[in-house]
Amino acid sequence: MAAESYPQDLKYYKEHDWVRLEGDEAVFGITWFAQDALGEIVYADLPDVGDTVTAGAPYGELESVKAVSDVFAPLSGEITDVNAVLEDEPQLVNEDCYGEGWILRVRLSDQVELEGLMDAEAYQQFLTEA
Amino acid sequence: MTGRPALDYSPHSETDVRELLGAVGADSIEELFAEVPAAVRFAGALRLPAGLSEAELMAELTRLAAADCPATGLVSFLGAGVYDHYVPAIVDAVVSRGEYLTAYTPYQPERSQGVLQSIFEYQSAVCELTGMEVSNASMYDAGTALAEASFLAGGQTRRGRIVVSEGVHPEYRQVLTTESAGYGPRPATVTLAAGASTDLGLLQDALGDDVAAVVLQQPNVFGALEDMAGAARLAHEAGALFVAVVDPLSLGLLTPPGDYGADIVVGEGQALGSPMSFGGPGLGFMAVTTKLMRRLPGRLVGETVDAEGRRGFVLTLQTREQHIRRERATSNICSNHALNALAAVVYLSWLGKEGFPALAELCARRAAYLRERLLELPGVEAYTTGPVFREFAVRLPLPAARLVDALVPRGFLAGVPMGRFGGAFGAVAAEVPSAGSAGESGNPAPAGGAAGGDPPAASDAAAALDDVLLLAVTERRTGEQIDAFVDAVAEVLTAGEGPPGDSPAATGGGPAAEGVDHA
Repeated sequence: MAAESYPQDLKYYKEHDWVRLEGDEAVFGITWFAQDALGEIVYADLPDVGDTVTAGAPYGELESVKAVSDVFAPLSGEITDVNAVLEDEPQLVNEDCYGEGWILRVRLSDQVELEGLMDAEAYQQFLTEA
Repeated sequence: MTGRPALDYSPHSETDVRELLGAVGADSIEELFAEVPAAVRFAGALRLPAGLSEAELMAELTRLAAADCPATGLVSFLGAGVYDHYVPAIVDAVVSRGEYLTAYTPYQPERSQGVLQSIFEYQSAVCELTGMEVSNASMYDAGTALAEASFLAGGQTRRGRIVVSEGVHPEYRQVLTTESAGYGPRPATVTLAAGASTDLGLLQDALGDDVAAVVLQQPNVFGALEDMAGAARLAHEAGALFVAVVDPLSLGLLTPPGDYGADIVVGEGQALGSPMSFGGPGLGFMAVTTKLMRRLPGRLVGETVDAEGRRGFVLTLQTREQHIRRERATSNICSNHALNALAAVVYLSWLGKEGFPALAELCARRAAYLRERLLELPGVEAYTTGPVFREFAVRLPLPAARLVDALVPRGFLAGVPMGRFGGAFGAVAAEVPSAGSAGESGNPAPAGGAAGGDPPAASDAAAALDDVLLLAVTERRTGEQIDAFVDAVAEVLTAGEGPPGDSPAATGGGPAAEGVDHA
């Protein structure tokens, strides 16, 4: 497992998701804190390309050896890509949560929602308060 | 209470009750229940007889039991889901062992390696039988397993309707409807064609992009064989899953569901080593493809190795279950019918790879023989027209229930009168020319088509099914028994509708008609 980190170029959501903005699209994943809390992830139940996600609503489930947790969408939009590798190698979420462990790519439908996200410093502050 | 017997098996003595009331500060039971509004309380005294000693009670129960008419005491052609197969002595010898005597999967599972291994072997047998990849540890019966299949399909496809052939046993469909109230896909039915197989044209018409699954039963409740491969293809073309309800014993002869693309297989496993026991407990089995494994309800035993590399068994994939997934679990079943599942795996092992198909073939041959003989009788027509496994329906020149009643005093349980399920069928029965019913007979157009609620032709269908008898023939029925049965049927038919003296009610010592119902 990688060392704890919260890259500066990402935005963060209170349900412990990260967002990488790329034009009118965004890539979603879960933070180092989230994957560490879940433990060894053994299964990812993810939506399909073409489905829509809504900010604040669950879009899938990550299953670790002890629990099943919802994964929440930080922003709304239509799914343009799903990390299919996670079907066979869900542990990538543990090993490389900001890289190969990415989960969804979404075409955003509401740019205003970006205002609700935190930067790396704010998220780390949020973690110390939580 | 006065005159209490010396040997007291009542849970609460008067002293117990007084002590308990004292502890909560109530003077009487009446006072304890004073909170319950009078309008919903039972008024007056329960009309119960005085207590009996154990010996007196045993004598009374023996007397009552003697009034029963167990199917095993007669030559039985009853079926419709529960079958009179011989249960070899080895089954009882194994399932009676104290180590196995549990209805459940164990609560400290890994401490019970023997039980887990027996469940693992049961699962392996179900997979081999059905041609599927994953089986759970078993469920209550075919009906509840079908409801779970519907929930699974709804969760997988995120669609809201399930299309069920009327060839699926009406009682399984009833359980599905009950369990689907408020949760899961809504069931809709498709009527049968003449000859009692599912009309694939009507099935196709009923499909749409809101259909989560298609359900057919093989052989269906009339004993007719279905085009399972064709139905599976239609289901998959519509983006729906295909659910096969199968008779496990028929798989000794018929194509395993895995081979025709079934996504979910469920069925009733009573025939595999469980006694009829007046209809229960049954054994629901359920198997799926690897793709659906994470959505499979119930318990699942897996094989693994311990820290020293020795073979062992565990309950696996428990994150599917409600004790981990909590309110997001898709099923509340956290157990199985362990004892019946054990009986099934012992039974299958006893029969073996040669014995199992041989048994299926024996049933098929004897069923074909009985059908052939019955159809020689004047006025008896085929209702199930195609090839059959061990069960088929015929149309009689009199109400089927009357024939059944007339044959009980002669030592035969003639079968299941299908009129009892009449309301569960749409246009199929009305399509078939019937001597006994006016109305729709002779009209070839199916009146109902795919319908969600009560089919329009239901009342006609109910009446038209009164003359239909469903007969099952297991390996326990000898050629002599079948011949004697056909002779007895012929006698009743020749005597018109049977002289009044033949009615069981008039025979005095004979069992009442209600007593033989579905034993």
